[in-house]
Amino acid sequence: MEHTLSLFVRSIFVDNMIFASFLGMCSYLAVSKNVKTSLGLGIAVTFVLLVTVPVDYLLQTKVLAKDGIFGQDLTYLSFILFIAVIAGIVQLVEMVVERFSPSLYGALGIFLPLIAVNCAIMGASLFMQQRINMDPATSSQAIGGLGDAFVYALSSGIGWILAIVGLAAIREKMAYTDVPRPLRGLGITFITVGLMAMAFMCFSGLSL
Amino acid sequence: MSQLFSKANRQVFATPLGLNHPVLVQVLGICSALAVTAKLEPAIVMGLSVTIITSFSNVAISLLRKTIPMRIRIIVQLVVVAALVTIVSLVLKAFAYDVSVQLSVYIGLIITNCILMGRLEAFAMMNGPWESFLDGIGNGIGYAYILVIIGGVRELFGAGTLLDHQIIPTSLYDAGYVNNGMMTMPAMAMILLGCVIWAQRALTKDEQK
Repeated sequence: MEHTLSLFVRSIFVDNMIFASFLGMCSYLAVSKNVKTSLGLGIAVTFVLLVTVPVDYLLQTKVLAKDGIFGQDLTYLSFILFIAVIAGIVQLVEMVVERFSPSLYGALGIFLPLIAVNCAIMGASLFMQQRINMDPATSSQAIGGLGDAFVYALSSGIGWILAIVGLAAIREKMAYTDVPRPLRGLGITFITVGLMAMAFMCFSGLSL
Repeated sequence: MSQLFSKANRQVFATPLGLNHPVLVQVLGICSALAVTAKLEPAIVMGLSVTIITSFSNVAISLLRKTIPMRIRIIVQLVVVAALVTIVSLVLKAFAYDVSVQLSVYIGLIITNCILMGRLEAFAMMNGPWESFLDGIGNGIGYAYILVIIGGVRELFGAGTLLDHQIIPTSLYDAGYVNNGMMTMPAMAMILLGCVIWAQRALTKDEQK
């Protein structure tokens, strides 16, 4: 329980997807122009994470690992298998969003199918794969079971939402400021993200 | 031979290096550009790997483009890229183990690098293999040199070294110079990239939105 809580807090603040490992930057920069759309994208990303990471965890431990059903080490197939799972699930999410929230579907536009190539999703699966071998007793990053994989996916998603909504709010205000011409748009956004990352660095000593 | 290097083909190679730069202008492939640049060596290896993977996946998709059904093209492209990335990752593990440990998951993340998908969708699906190859090389090099600039600056000011050779003389340290530890942090990578974009836009006097 203690480990789970620690993993949860750590993944949101210390190992934040955006500020510590730069995952999902493309859609992060492109969709963070207003708070509402960015919240929608954040929720979509979290949902996809919640499905893909546990599925990939099961694949990794039950199929690809040495003691899996094939009885041999197939981890070299993990890239292809993970990306296929992600692409399939994104297709599913797209259909669900289109059915239940056409307005969100319209607002996300091209970025919904692009979640498939969002590094946050693939990155979470790859980090999960790395962390399986860590010892839960010594490292608060370790992922020891399906429950941990689930918690990791949820908290990474929350961290991502936190980052994108924060940036969107700042950018909404920044529309009224006088930024030097060549710095406008992308340049100033990067510098803002850098400053936000610095603020998040103060969590780095956090442990439970 | 002269046909292979015609004006149009040279243009295909050169535009991603300047006017249509994948990182600075189209804002693609940012994630890995920032994550692997704390030192120069992984930045160079990453740039090379991406160049190789972009060019060869461009060629593969360009050869297959007439046989791929439109509806499932994304999955086909992803599988081709994933196969190439697996090869590169295994080669790195075999011949440059230290660097592959430093790059950790970011080699795998080349699969989801938007430069690749962008080039496959926008170029390789409609052009022949040779043009696609040049386009891939051009985009890869465009990406690589940004990595090298940021990696170089971060390593020089963060650790005082370049490729692990001490550059800043000890006399300077004796005079009170201190390495800027901030440079090795992720936050500085973003600010540096912001400044590179600023410089590039100020120089090219691109019409701004």
